[in-house]
Amino acid sequence: MKRFIGFIKKEFYHIFRDRRSLFILFGMPIAQILLFGFAITNEINNVDIAILDNSKDATTEEIINKIAASKYFSIKQIVTREADIASVFEKGHVKAVLKFEKDFSKNLIKDHKATIQIITDATDPNTANTITNYVNAILQHYQKELNKDINIAYQIIPQTRMVYNPELKSVYMFVPGVMTIILMLVSAMMTSISITREKELGTMEILLVSPLKPFQVIIGKVIPYIFLSIINAIVIVMLSIFIFNMPVQGSLFLLGLESVLFIITSLALGILISTISATQQTAMMISLMGLMLPVILLSGFIFPISSMPMPLQIISHIIPAKWFIIILKAIMLKGVGLEFIWKETLILLGMTVFFIALSVKKYKIRLE
Amino acid sequence: MGISVSHISKSYKTVKALQDISFDVKPNELFGLIGPDGAGKTTLFRILTTLLFPDEGTAKVAGFDVVADYKEIRKSVGYMPGKFSLYQDLTVEENLNFFATIFGTTIEENYDLIKDIYIQIEPFKDRRAGKLSGGMKQKLALSCALIHKPKVLFLDEPTTGVDPVSRKEFWEMLKRLQQKGITILVSTPYMDEAALCDRVALIQDGKILQIDTPEAIVKHYPKPIYNVRSTDMYQLITSLKAYEYNHSVYPFGEFVHYTDSRADFNPDDLRAYLESIDLFDTQIEKTEATIEDTFMELAK
Repeated sequence: MKRFIGFIKKEFYHIFRDRRSLFILFGMPIAQILLFGFAITNEINNVDIAILDNSKDATTEEIINKIAASKYFSIKQIVTREADIASVFEKGHVKAVLKFEKDFSKNLIKDHKATIQIITDATDPNTANTITNYVNAILQHYQKELNKDINIAYQIIPQTRMVYNPELKSVYMFVPGVMTIILMLVSAMMTSISITREKELGTMEILLVSPLKPFQVIIGKVIPYIFLSIINAIVIVMLSIFIFNMPVQGSLFLLGLESVLFIITSLALGILISTISATQQTAMMISLMGLMLPVILLSGFIFPISSMPMPLQIISHIIPAKWFIIILKAIMLKGVGLEFIWKETLILLGMTVFFIALSVKKYKIRLE
Repeated sequence: MGISVSHISKSYKTVKALQDISFDVKPNELFGLIGPDGAGKTTLFRILTTLLFPDEGTAKVAGFDVVADYKEIRKSVGYMPGKFSLYQDLTVEENLNFFATIFGTTIEENYDLIKDIYIQIEPFKDRRAGKLSGGMKQKLALSCALIHKPKVLFLDEPTTGVDPVSRKEFWEMLKRLQQKGITILVSTPYMDEAALCDRVALIQDGKILQIDTPEAIVKHYPKPIYNVRSTDMYQLITSLKAYEYNHSVYPFGEFVHYTDSRADFNPDDLRAYLESIDLFDTQIEKTEATIEDTFMELAK
């Protein structure tokens, strides 16, 4: 036991004396969560638009006021001529132009029909789509107000209600993903690098010619990173709660347990990587390419799994991160307990046991 | 409790690193493995320290088989690899403490064994190992290999890349360790260090050329050997190599070591030859063979 504690102490010296890895350990989670939370977002806020009002009557004014009053748009420019629209877009500040037809109000009263053209800059299709939807929503709202007193028979009004994330805040979607990536990266990459470093520097040779048992070396390598990853998980959850007001509906305790499980899965993967790579470079490349990419692309973090082609959907099943993201979303957003996520938990547990068994089997007690 | 190696062979993909190696190291002996780079010294060390399997043959270290009883060997030997293999980001004291701990001992417990060595680096005990000079690194590595009082000590080229003064000190330390009852197997590419061992094995291309005491190896050199010197050494070497009766010509410090193929060689014949090709004021005198001469002769 004393040997073991001595070994762990040594590992902590390594971590705290290597500024670069310390920076990765603690700087990256914070940077990533802030980056994803603030910068990479699907929401629109204060988008600059321009108005071309060919009618200039009471109704158009009312609509324009409504749009200006919403926090999503700010009216940057009033265009007077049709021909100016192109140049407005070319300058690039304005993302959309709303064009009211001539005699808007008159048409509305006479024909019960008037048109607004929404012209959007679709160089960024997602934003263009969102803008159109938002404008539509405002218009519909206005329409409803107008029709308040009139009864139209057989009208179907779909009422959508977004559950779990009613405001469609993208940060709710990113936090579980970022947390998964960071725990994976810190745990798997850092352990695999720290084990291969011993190989590369030749110290593994001395460790082998010592009474230390293989599992003592492996566990000794892993424990400091479990500890650091838990701190990281806490930092991420705190950041999301206090900076992004992300709710954690479910039990924090369960969240903690599931995180520890995923940390161990990642560490086991890290050990496995270290058994197949001889240098720190290789270990890092395998961790980045072999773990990061699938986690980002196939875990459902950014792209929904249900819209992937079948073969990719099947591959996504073997990615531990996918299951952890499901678990995280369930606990944080839906607030469910273990009874709803036991299946995912069991899958993660199975993967962990498999990786640990494989890496203990592959761990070499001799040199190549 | 020494080492016994019998018929060990080991090949890497295309290279035969060791071919049918057999030798014994007696308990409490300082045994040298002398050979150039690539002779197979490190491979042999790794087999004896249980880091590699031999392809053929068996070996015992301190009475334990290197394959079957590898766990016992790992507890009872000290190993200092050729490459400096300590933690560069740990201080001198932390390194020593770490190795003491993983072997289940403390610095205090075995301090008398490493005292002579450690006392020289103790003033720098708070310095990171990576910032030490070459000689100090070796002393620290030796201290770490010794801290658990091993029965057998394996030192793979401990003096490579170390300055001559530190090398001399290092060998004095080995002698003192031997007196404390430790069996030592040391490898070196430096022939002059061979004379400091009790017995040496000359090894090249994975084969042992000769095993004996340094004195006996030198004594058995088959031919009289001559120091030849001239003002134009380059011309001298090329001329000697062109001489029809030469047996061997090796530059050796400020001289050329020359042996003749004739049994009744007279140095005057050689002088006459050299003068005939305009090499005057040459010195030719008989000298003692060194281990290097023997090695060159055997490796021919």
